Formats: sequence, C-alpha cells, structure tokens
Amino acid sequence: MRIEKHPILEFSNHQEIAFFYNGKEVLGREGDTIASALHALGIKELSKSIHYKRSRGFYCAIGNCGSCNMTVNDVPNVRTCMTKIEQGMRVFSQPGKGELI
Amino acid sequence: MLEKNGVPSKEQVISCFPESSILVKPKAIIECYQEIPCNPCETSCPFDAIKIGVDINTRPIVDTSLCTGCGICVTKCPGLAIIVASILNDKAIFKIPYEFLPSPKKDENWNALNREGNIISKGKILSVLDSRKQEKTKLITVEVSKEYLYDFITIGCPDER
Amino acid sequence: MKKTPMLIIGGGPAGLSCAIQAASLGQSVTIVERSHSLGGQLVKQTHKFFGSEKQYASVRGFKIAELLIQEYEKYKDLIEVVLDATVTGLYPDKVCTIVQNGRYYKIKSEVIVVATGASEKFIAFENNDLPGIYGAGAVQTLMNQYGVLPGNKIVMVGSGNIGLIVSYQLMQAGVKVVSVLEAAPLIGGYLVHASKLRRLGVPIHTSKSILKANGSACVESIVIADLDDSWNPIPGTEETVEVDAVCVSVGLSPMHQLLSMVGARILFIPELGGWVPKVSECHETSVDNIFACGDLSGVEEASSAMVEGRLTGLFAARRLLGTIDNDESIHQDLISQLEGLRSGPFGKKTREGLLQMKEEGQC
Repeated sequence: MRIEKHPILEFSNHQEIAFFYNGKEVLGREGDTIASALHALGIKELSKSIHYKRSRGFYCAIGNCGSCNMTVNDVPNVRTCMTKIEQGMRVFSQPGKGELI
Repeated sequence: MLEKNGVPSKEQVISCFPESSILVKPKAIIECYQEIPCNPCETSCPFDAIKIGVDINTRPIVDTSLCTGCGICVTKCPGLAIIVASILNDKAIFKIPYEFLPSPKKDENWNALNREGNIISKGKILSVLDSRKQEKTKLITVEVSKEYLYDFITIGCPDER
Repeated sequence: MKKTPMLIIGGGPAGLSCAIQAASLGQSVTIVERSHSLGGQLVKQTHKFFGSEKQYASVRGFKIAELLIQEYEKYKDLIEVVLDATVTGLYPDKVCTIVQNGRYYKIKSEVIVVATGASEKFIAFENNDLPGIYGAGAVQTLMNQYGVLPGNKIVMVGSGNIGLIVSYQLMQAGVKVVSVLEAAPLIGGYLVHASKLRRLGVPIHTSKSILKANGSACVESIVIADLDDSWNPIPGTEETVEVDAVCVSVGLSPMHQLLSMVGARILFIPELGGWVPKVSECHETSVDNIFACGDLSGVEEASSAMVEGRLTGLFAARRLLGTIDNDESIHQDLISQLEGLRSGPFGKKTREGLLQMKEEGQC
C-alpha cells in the first residue's frame, strides 16, 4: 500500500527495482529500504523469533531494535529497515540466530 | 473536558472570542489554552496585533483594534489553533487552516464540523488560498449560519461522511 | 588509524547543529551518521514546529532538516560527513570503532560529542511482538519517508505529543485512526494537538489502554479496557477493536550505550527519559573531552535538541580552540533560547530532571 497523494509531501514516481524475497522476484521502488518495500507488498512478517519462532516485523524502523533482521545476500542479521534495496538483492526470512559463513 | 478528550467547553470557547459587535469585521480567534513555548503568531503578524512578549510560553492576546483578520497567523500556528471569525447579517464567516486532501473548491458545500467532529450543518466555501508562504496549510474561507459562531471549527469532505 | 580533532556521533538535530556551531567558529569536525542522510528524525516530521524563530518555529520538520543541511554546506570544507556508518564501540582513549558497508575501522579523536538520540519505548501486553505493532516513530518513517502506509485502521497507544502528531499524520496519509488511548487520566501532549484530532472525529480515551493483541502472522484485532486509579484494567470493560496496525507511543529512552561502554557516569533520572549520562554545565560527561547533547542527555522536543547541539558545539570548540570571538554573546543567546523553551509548564519535567542531575555529585 503506497501513498499516492499527500497534502504535505510529494512522492516522486521512483523507478522500480527487482529483488528476491524468499526466492521469489518482487518489485520495490528506488529509495526503499528492504522493510519498506516488503511492507508495501503487504509483507509484514519479516522473520521468526530465535526460540519460540514467533512472527517478527519491524518495530522502530531506524535501526535501534533489531526486530527487522533478515538474511540479505547470505549475510544474516541485516537491519532491513536501514538497508536500501538493490537490483537482484537476495532477501530471506531468518528462522533463527543466523549462521556466520 | 479539554484535558481528557480534547474538546473545550463552551465557556472556554466563548472566552477566546471578542464581543460579537467587534466581529462586524474579521478578527483572529486564538484557542491556545496552555502555556506552550511558541510564538510564530506574534512574529508573523504584520500589524503587531498579537502579543506574547519575551517569555514565549505566555499565552497570546489579540488586540482586536489592530487585528485586520488577514489570516496570516492562521496558517503559521503550528497547533492549528487560530481561526478568523466575522459576522455578516445572519452568517458567520470563518477563515480556517486545512491540511487534507481532497482540497475544497470555491462555491462547494462542505460539512461544517464542531469541536467534537460532529456535522452541525453545511458550510459554503467562499475561497481557498494556497500560497507558497503558507507552506501547504491552506486557508479556507467558509460561511455558515450565525447560530454556529461558537460551534463551527472545521470542515469535512462531503463525500466521506 | 584515522584521526580527527572533533568527532560527533549522530547527525540528527543535535549532532548536526553541534557540527555547524563548531565549524562556524573555525573548528573542523567529523560527523559519523548511521543512516543514509543527515537530519535524524527531522526528515520524517511533517508538522510545523513550535518554539521561536531561532528554532525554526512554524517550519515543517523535514524543511528544518533541509535548512540545517544547507547551513552545513556553507562549512563543507570544515565538516566531514561519514554516512551509513554505525559506531559500535567507544573507548577511554577516545577511539571509536565503526562499521560502514561491511568494513570495520577506527577513528581517534581529541574531543568526542555523543548525540545518539533516543529510542522508542515499548509496553507489555499479550502478543505485543506481533508484526503490525509499531513504534509511532516507525510509522512516521514508513509513511513520511518511504511513502508506504502502515495499515488501514490503526489505534494509537499514548497521547503524548508524538502520539497525537502521528495520529494526525496518519489521517493526512489516509489511514483511519480508530482512537487514541491514554493510560493516564489526562492527555499528555499539547491540547492543541488533541483538539486538532478530536475535531476530525478521532476519539481520545484517557484511563484506557491495550490489554492484548490478536492475530497469527500480523495483528488483526486488539482488546482494550478502562483503567482504574492505580492503572489496573477494570474487569468487564474489555472491548475488542478490529485493526490492522497498532501504534505505540509511550515515550523515548536515551541511547546511552556508547557512553556506558566508555565508563561515563550514567544516572537514572525518569524526568529526562531514564538512564542519562551525567553532564556538566558544559555538557561534558564524566569522561574528559567526551560531551553529550540532545535527547541522549534528556528527552525533549527537537527544538531544544538543536539549541543544545549548538551549545555543545561551542563548548567542544572552546576546548580545542581556546579563546573564541564573541564567546559570551553566543553562549548567552543559546542559554536564553533554552530557558525560553523550558521555562513554561511543559518544561517542568526537564527543569526538575536537570536539577537532579546537578545535585547528583560532581563529574
């Protein structure tokens, strides 16, 4: 759900960027973070919690809380609320703590 | 009660208005009930009609003999707490700030809302000002029946309710 | 190892103002900022600010960020900005460790100003970890920075200025705000903000809070209830409300972690937001040449953070440059601006907090 019209702000029509979410190609807009692009696609659950595997979404959106961590291009625990999407980026939900390569 | 639900009492509202005889000409009505550190209404007034003073927490006072009802302070107030009111025959004419879409257009009839957000009547849009200086806070001139002088506060899109 | 005379951690309203002030006095500085751009949380503030002209009153927050960035550009040759860089450690020899785009490195500085701001608090209720439950600031970021709607139907928990302002901003973006809940018996923020919402038909309920969220992968409804005088839910008043997002706006916690790490004295002063570094009148922490300003040293409005940043910029530059032209007049002006912002009833908490800080030993 994107804001198309706003009384105060102008959202210029950004270019679309294709990236992969759990192996599936999806589209975001230039300037999006991973979390904002996924949210715009209706994806609010980003990962699962470490012990009880409860659904995790972002909470703070500015890199403080760590609730939005996902695995991005094989790197675990990436703060997706701070990381901009890039063409071809591979984003995966993270089921646990994440493994260092 | 204002502190519990955001709705001022009728007495509180009336205390912000001058005598109705003064409202034959448009005057700024400031509903700033608290001492907030803020003074753009004072500094933006080209006629020095609003007084706050050195301590910016002081509540503003309108000098109705100097106020021309121009409406500059209406779009400057960060709390959207200022309107301009005047009485013309059986009508009350207001200038109000508006920051939503869609924007009203001249001659349209919009819902006139009171301070609780209830529709009290229709309001006729007399003008819509949206200059650069207003920084996207539109200044809408609305006409309602005079009986709503102390009730009317804003407008709502007629399609939405 | 990279060296700089003055390092500022955080490029928000406080850190950026600090850099501008120091540079205007001729001091070269380095700002390390975690995000992609300067301005901190100003960039998502779409409302016009309170205060007076010197704190950009009546200018929208994101425009203030633009003005500050323009001001910084005047001193571009004196201010180095390092973006996308997270400071991960601060050590007593004034070395900072930094992670930037997967690279890890160190910067050593003579003087360090920590301006890391504050993070959003949270409250306990059943299923409070469900996706769709967001901090009010997160919702602002999503809507106003990225143009994405947080949901269609939202309940706001908390009626401080942030809760009230974000509710209004949600409506501007086209989201239905079902209600604003406030656990305390009275509205917390400016009543002008409350009235602005109420006249648009948004009910504000005091002595009411959230008990529980329902949903599987995302919040689908919440249970709310009235609270008694001791803030306990009153049985029988529970009510289920359908929402697809919940906004939590229950205050901010200063981000003191780097200062705790370096061994600076940290005090617990609830009036200032919780754990805050003990700072002197010159905004210096208990560690020599490490300063703190902005929400980190006491949560307030961004207007105060900007003035405090400038003030700390003066103190830090004074330390490095020795004498400063017009020192006294700059100092006096900034102090009187802060007094103006804090002297009213809404500044009472800050005044009390600062008094506690003063009385709490020497640093």
